Amino acid sequence: MDVINNTQKGPFVSLMTGLPGGGKTFLGILLVAALLVPLCNLVLPGSSAFHMPTYLVSLMGKYVCFALLALSVDLIWGFAGILSLGHGAFFALGGYAMGMYLMRQIGTRGVYGNPELPDFMVFLNWTELPWYWYGFDIFAFAMLMVVLVPGFLAFVFGWFAFRARVTGVYLSIITQAMTYALLLAFFRNDMGFGGNNGLTDFKDILGLDLQADGTRLGLFVASLIALAFGYLVSCFITQSKLGRVLIAIRDAESRTRFSGYRVEYYKLFVFVVSAVLAGIAGALYVPQVGIINPSEFSPANSIEVVIWVAVGGRGTLWGAVLGAFLVNWGKSYFTGSFPEAWLYMLGGLFVGTTLFLPKGIVGTFSIWIEKLKNLRQPGRTLPATANAKEE
Amino acid sequence: MAQHSTLKDGQKDSHILYLDGVSVSFDGFKALNNLSFVIEPGEMRAIIGPNGAGKTTMMDVITGKTKPDVGEVFFKNGIDLTKHDEAFIANLGIGRKFQKPTVYESQTVFHNLELSLKGDKGVMTTLFSALNDAEVARIMEILGVIRLTEKAGDLAGSLSHGQKQWLEIGMLLMQDPDLLLVDEPVAGMTDAETEQTAILLREISKTHSVVVVEHDMEFIRALNTKVTVLHEGSVLAEGSLDVVQNNQRVVDVYLGR
Repeated sequence: MDVINNTQKGPFVSLMTGLPGGGKTFLGILLVAALLVPLCNLVLPGSSAFHMPTYLVSLMGKYVCFALLALSVDLIWGFAGILSLGHGAFFALGGYAMGMYLMRQIGTRGVYGNPELPDFMVFLNWTELPWYWYGFDIFAFAMLMVVLVPGFLAFVFGWFAFRARVTGVYLSIITQAMTYALLLAFFRNDMGFGGNNGLTDFKDILGLDLQADGTRLGLFVASLIALAFGYLVSCFITQSKLGRVLIAIRDAESRTRFSGYRVEYYKLFVFVVSAVLAGIAGALYVPQVGIINPSEFSPANSIEVVIWVAVGGRGTLWGAVLGAFLVNWGKSYFTGSFPEAWLYMLGGLFVGTTLFLPKGIVGTFSIWIEKLKNLRQPGRTLPATANAKEE
Repeated sequence: MAQHSTLKDGQKDSHILYLDGVSVSFDGFKALNNLSFVIEPGEMRAIIGPNGAGKTTMMDVITGKTKPDVGEVFFKNGIDLTKHDEAFIANLGIGRKFQKPTVYESQTVFHNLELSLKGDKGVMTTLFSALNDAEVARIMEILGVIRLTEKAGDLAGSLSHGQKQWLEIGMLLMQDPDLLLVDEPVAGMTDAETEQTAILLREISKTHSVVVVEHDMEFIRALNTKVTVLHEGSVLAEGSLDVVQNNQRVVDVYLGR
């Protein structure tokens, strides 16, 4: 019986022997993109119809970062029922950590030519680097902060919120408050993060020119690898017994408690993992768009992420990725063609999805596919049932 | 309370469950009012009472969901239940079935039982958990007991109401508790299902202590066990079903209606 075999394998073997529906195809698409995009950008001549201009590579790279952010939201919302409306905060914190590294790399090439202080600090007449900027000239340290800062904030926030048993809409509201508070804080010049303008004018990363085609491709491929990594981590968690406990919490929280699980620790674990993934997404996003400023903390951004997940299909992992791509592609296209109409369309999309595709695109399609299979094989109900009868 | 005076210090240890002088009030409403009773190891007890008598609040207090304003609640060997939370108490060995059958609807019957398996419920242990053969055998055994072997691979949400009730009882058995608190196990069941549930609970009570809260008099008669009548948050009468049914105070507040 499949159900039994899977539970006897443990999460490592489960991950190696089987991914959730469509998982292999999804990873295959990422691999093809990682091979094809450099080919179309570097090898094919500019005259070819399949040539991919560098700006498009970076645009795609940006979408891949958004996709990883969407995946991180799906992990907590789709599987543990935690609706975070402030996940943009973790994305932005990862982005700021990367931005601080990139600022330190500018060195004497800044407008004021100060080897140590970023331009905005010179402009504010600061004479010394604030202590919390120390170490960000070292890439490894900055990367560690990309993971630790969002993870730590998520841990502290989750520790208080989940232990106090704040759930549902109340939790969503305080996540909004969290990102809004950070928005206001980062706007202040004396916070030392560039205030309103944020961090920009980056020159290079690991000694490589950020404007060069090769660097841009490298960042694009790195983003794809991060997305694949995030997907595998999410699959590992959701296919394990812990994943089943999360779904149990989502569906019947008090039953889970009375079965002996400390619900708050489970939520805390997945919330921190999700925040770290969001932070990694933000760190890869910043060098590709060339700027990070406080607007990334704006509550509307975080809400938009939830719309991507809802459109793609909550609780399906790669559906969230699909949703992020579709909505952002739509946004790029429509804000160019009909700039006034975009916000109405985004709103309409959310209402439409909620009304007609409550399980999102992927969720709805899997139901159709299941129905088709039933038509072909009369007498067959759910796949799991068929397995049970073989036993 | 009559019982209050009969319970002496040092007696706590010999009972599986010991409640003494427990009171809980919500916004001035006394849900439990100086409630005292004891359950002996291996005993099955039926608890009846009109709506609002405090049955569910009593279960909340025992399982750590609600802290009493005053009173003592002890579990075997003098463990003070008022000092612990739901998860700790569940792992101590008290299983609770909700009034409305509560199972993990979007997961299979097999996984519902797997999730309820007794053992280390820590986050990391759970992340890397893989069932061994003995655990699978245990799950299959319980599937047989609750007559859901055929449904092992079905989603719990697709079960009938009565089957969900059994599944939840099965989930309690997976925890291998010393004490089962079962809230209205036959609500919404057909007569045949009710009869089978009575047989199932009598079977369970051979190896566990069981507290059943129920309204259905026929079912309680079928359980053939000692009955405690609750009224306005305290014990009104205690004894066999025939004795409490002939008690004038019980007739007045509950059965006579």
